[in-house]
Amino acid sequence: MGRRIAARSLVPPATGVLTLVGAFAVLEALIRVGVVNRFVVPLPSQVLAAIPRIVAEEGVPYRFWQTTQEAIGASVLLVVVGVALGMLLFRFDVLRSACETWVAALASAPIVLMYPLFLVIFGRSATTIVMIGFIAGLPPVILKTVEGLAGTRRVLLDVGRSFRLSEAQRFRKILMPAALPTIFVGMRVGLIFALINIVGVEFLINFGGLGQLINELAERYDLPGTYAAIGFVILVSILFFVVCERAEVWLLPHRQR
Amino acid sequence: MSAAPATAAPVLAVAGIVKRFGAGDDALLAVDRVSFDVARGEFVSIIGPSGCGKSTLFNVIGGLLGDFEGRVTVDGQPVSGTHPAIGMVFQEESTFPWRTVVDNVAFPLELAGIPKRVRHERARHFVSMVGLDGFERRYPAELSGGMRQRVSIARTLASEPRILLMDEPFAALDEQTRLLLGDKVLQIHQALRQTTLLITHNITEAVQLSDRVLVMTYRPGRLKRTFAIDLPRPRTSEIVGSDAFGRYVAHIWSDLREEASRGIHDDELRTRERGEQR
Repeated sequence: MGRRIAARSLVPPATGVLTLVGAFAVLEALIRVGVVNRFVVPLPSQVLAAIPRIVAEEGVPYRFWQTTQEAIGASVLLVVVGVALGMLLFRFDVLRSACETWVAALASAPIVLMYPLFLVIFGRSATTIVMIGFIAGLPPVILKTVEGLAGTRRVLLDVGRSFRLSEAQRFRKILMPAALPTIFVGMRVGLIFALINIVGVEFLINFGGLGQLINELAERYDLPGTYAAIGFVILVSILFFVVCERAEVWLLPHRQR
Repeated sequence: MSAAPATAAPVLAVAGIVKRFGAGDDALLAVDRVSFDVARGEFVSIIGPSGCGKSTLFNVIGGLLGDFEGRVTVDGQPVSGTHPAIGMVFQEESTFPWRTVVDNVAFPLELAGIPKRVRHERARHFVSMVGLDGFERRYPAELSGGMRQRVSIARTLASEPRILLMDEPFAALDEQTRLLLGDKVLQIHQALRQTTLLITHNITEAVQLSDRVLVMTYRPGRLKRTFAIDLPRPRTSEIVGSDAFGRYVAHIWSDLREEASRGIHDDELRTRERGEQR
């Protein structure tokens, strides 16, 4: 019985891996027969073969760690500042009415194109990259925090009132736990925005991390290496998603039932 | 019309409550000069048709609604806002989904600063009282609607209120579950001699559980009549088959029927008016 359940739980990841392998096999075939131009898209087998090469020759572990560190920095700022700003907007109606539309507009703004301004303020450094990632990821975290807090069911707040909760207790014991699932949605989206912008700015200002490596490999026209480096960016993304998922399981155990 | 006071010293006294919504000519008089007492250990139900102001009265007594005329007193002391002596159970499902059953029930004890081990021990006692042994570590999402309402009742009981105020706690449940949960409420009332005020629109439930039933008029909500339910205690849901029970239900229904008809007529009139305005 236990073995059958364990085997069943392996089906989704196995399906995912097999789908990916299948897609690569199809792409490989399309390139080999000439349907897809191999000077634009390299063979997946060549990309796989390029992985050990770029790991050994291009300092991928160090660059991977650099991008990861920048993403961690942006994430911490997103959680601390984003959630705090969301709480502020929820708490003060005037502020919410005044700013919510602007915050939503910021979500669609191409923040990455403002990199010269950030370069002037923070210099050609990791701080510039972290700050651009942070600003780009901020709107969904703020908006989802407001949405989560405002969406708390009225009856739960009435229960709090009936137990004579103080304002701080109401926030800590009812509003925050009720809003957390929605805040997590905002954090996931914010992290995606942040990571895209972090790698983009690394690429644009040619400074550290995997973005710079992609830039260098592309300029050398090392297409298999470029695609292999993009694979490592995806790995950073997966890493953050796994961490986010673990945090969600830990903080919201009732959602797993 | 004022209801007859309870014979023993009242723990809860509601005097001349008037509650309006809005102002001026458009003001809606929801509750009009409602007065009654509830004695210690007494189980009183307020019954009325939908829209008669029962829930407004619940919120006024519980301290969730302000800006009303009249007075609510607990043991002679005027109440303003929510009061630690009054524990409320809501009609809507109100368990905290992020807390287990035992943590939900321990909530008021946690607020009181009681250490975790002690409060869990005490919470388990109330979980057991509502018949949820074995479900302590479950989350509300894993329970049925009736079980979740029992968690809400246990949570309120854990705060050891002098008065338990319930607003149609079983309204969303089917009739059979409702009758069986009524048994559970009767057992709790028997065990704790808990003073209870139940707001309901279900005549069977009111007669099954109560010592007195107060009937409200349809809009504005006034007290129309009081029925003393002289059925033997301890009771169970089996009492619904007795002749005496049937007579009480018939008497209350004959009073309520007129009010419910007015409510339905009023609803139809408003629907028609809205249609004509379009």
